[in-house]
Amino acid sequence: MATEFHNLQELRHSASLANKVFIQRDYSEGTTCRFQTKFPSELESRIELTLFEETVKTLNNFYAEAEKIGGQSYLEGCLACATAYLIFLCMETRYEKVLKKIAKYIQEQNEKIYAPRGLLITDPIERGMRVIEISIYEDRGSSGSSSGSSSVSGSTAR
Amino acid sequence: MHLGESMRECEYSQISTRSSTPMETPYKKRTPKRKKWEAFPGRNKFYCDGRIMMAKQTGVFYLTLVLILVTCGLFFTFDCPFLAQELTPIIPVLGGALFLFVLGTLLRTSFSDPGVLPRATPDEAADLERQIDVANGTTGYRPPPRTKEVVINGQTVKLKYCFTCKIFRPPRASHCSLCDNCVERFDHHCPWVGNCVGRRNYRFFYMFILSLSFLTIFIFAFVITHIILSSYRKGFLTALKESPASVLEVVVCFFSVWSIVGLSGFHTYLISSNQTTNEDIKGSWSSKRGKDNYNPYSSGNIFTNCCMALCGPLPPSLIDRRGFIEADAPQMAPPTNGITMYGATHSQQSHMAAATPLLQQQSSEPVIITSSPENGTSLPARASLTLGGPCTSLPLGQPTPPTSTPSLSCHEAADMLPIHGHTLNHTHPLQEQAALHHYLTPEEVPSPPGMLHCGSPLGHSHTVQASFYNPASQDSLHEDSVRGLVKLSSV
Repeated sequence: MATEFHNLQELRHSASLANKVFIQRDYSEGTTCRFQTKFPSELESRIELTLFEETVKTLNNFYAEAEKIGGQSYLEGCLACATAYLIFLCMETRYEKVLKKIAKYIQEQNEKIYAPRGLLITDPIERGMRVIEISIYEDRGSSGSSSGSSSVSGSTAR
Repeated sequence: MHLGESMRECEYSQISTRSSTPMETPYKKRTPKRKKWEAFPGRNKFYCDGRIMMAKQTGVFYLTLVLILVTCGLFFTFDCPFLAQELTPIIPVLGGALFLFVLGTLLRTSFSDPGVLPRATPDEAADLERQIDVANGTTGYRPPPRTKEVVINGQTVKLKYCFTCKIFRPPRASHCSLCDNCVERFDHHCPWVGNCVGRRNYRFFYMFILSLSFLTIFIFAFVITHIILSSYRKGFLTALKESPASVLEVVVCFFSVWSIVGLSGFHTYLISSNQTTNEDIKGSWSSKRGKDNYNPYSSGNIFTNCCMALCGPLPPSLIDRRGFIEADAPQMAPPTNGITMYGATHSQQSHMAAATPLLQQQSSEPVIITSSPENGTSLPARASLTLGGPCTSLPLGQPTPPTSTPSLSCHEAADMLPIHGHTLNHTHPLQEQAALHHYLTPEEVPSPPGMLHCGSPLGHSHTVQASFYNPASQDSLHEDSVRGLVKLSSV
């Protein structure tokens, strides 16, 4: 199965969406952007815990870097205020730069780790920074049994 | 409103596909791609192709603008020449700079996104409801619990569930009833700037009222100076008669000073204690509530709090106003819905009613629903019940587009089998299953997560995933629901 999904396009072509898992925000440290590192049960059979945790922790670190309040952000804020915020017409804010890094990281993770396992991470910025959405795809060829098991187990949980 | 529009578009595509053109989203060619701001669910007004975002009621904003422009205009026209001559030309220069700063910050506050949280996608909302059902232990349609508790820096904070946006609001966020949006770090809705004041524009708002207080005091002081200096030479009454504008300016400034300076002082206090107007009014962190009640967001140091509020990083807008509405992500219809519908047809209407608000929140792309009656079954009758809405039978032509998902097929009964053949361009496994299930009811949910699309730009494949509803054939339904292809309720 892994060989069939060697890129994301193929994943979408040949797979059907079976389920979506949402990793919620972790507000225990305030309003800064952090996501929970709790491993969702639906992914237990699909991906290793360590890989998942590493992805979420790296994302958390990226967001912490974007929202960090320190010398550089103060400088940027004061400069912006002094130029009546016109400087943002030419220059990107630090947050936007980090968001670009995050997008690149997510794409890389998808290609290398998640797509081969039939998963797809959606960038949180597309969901209003509320959740990390992980789509679980099922290969149509084997969908009879594998998706059956996941859906049935899902339905019995209700 | 968008249902009517979708009905129009459904009929439109029906006509065009019968002419056997390849399925290249026929309706798509006629209607240009819409931008996200055009389908924004909140009560906001957008200008300049989505660049400018304001509240619905902007009358008071124009009043603010007029007051500032008129007062400053009069000041520069009637008082500045005298003052530049008698005292120093720096006065008009300083006044000019201050005026420009005030205007800049006002426009920035009014036109920017205050930090609106986009509403939950249907999948997210369904997932939340599922979790709540699991927690409740039922699968009824009871309203979800309203609060979730979180411990932030040792303080217990309750997160409320927003029924309009279908999310648990982050801490310090609040739903503005005037704009009908959840706003992050919601301070208040200011009619004078014609917008909410939230996380993204609070610093501009503060700069605006601070600079406006300076400007008001500046104008007030120098107009009084002008009158006094003139009255030394010509007498008080003559001086007043010569520049009646000055009188007007003094009156306006006198009344403004109290309110603006007072407001600046109040917000300076809020910033230094890292509170929002909302929290202060409710007394959320007041020690009167309890001995252990403290503000978990404050760093304890006034200077740090001020720096955080004014010089902290500026987060980007979460609502991507100028992006195009694209249905590029797969819409997952949770199996529970299918099973619920499967077992209880009588509850179908209520389920549709319950799920419809989710769909209605989406963009106004058409919901295309087709039902293909199974041979000799009662599906046609059921289909009409299922589809109840405006788009009942909408065949999208025989050849399904290569870019569309294999699971879709919009077809009439007559075209059923050939369509299966076509659909199976790239998914052979589907063919056998399609033969087993003689009906597929694709439904396009008009929202970004609404389509399973195979890497091609959105608007091309307009059938989402196959979903169906046929209570008559329970085995097929069960099998399909097991495979994850379950009907989302029709509009």
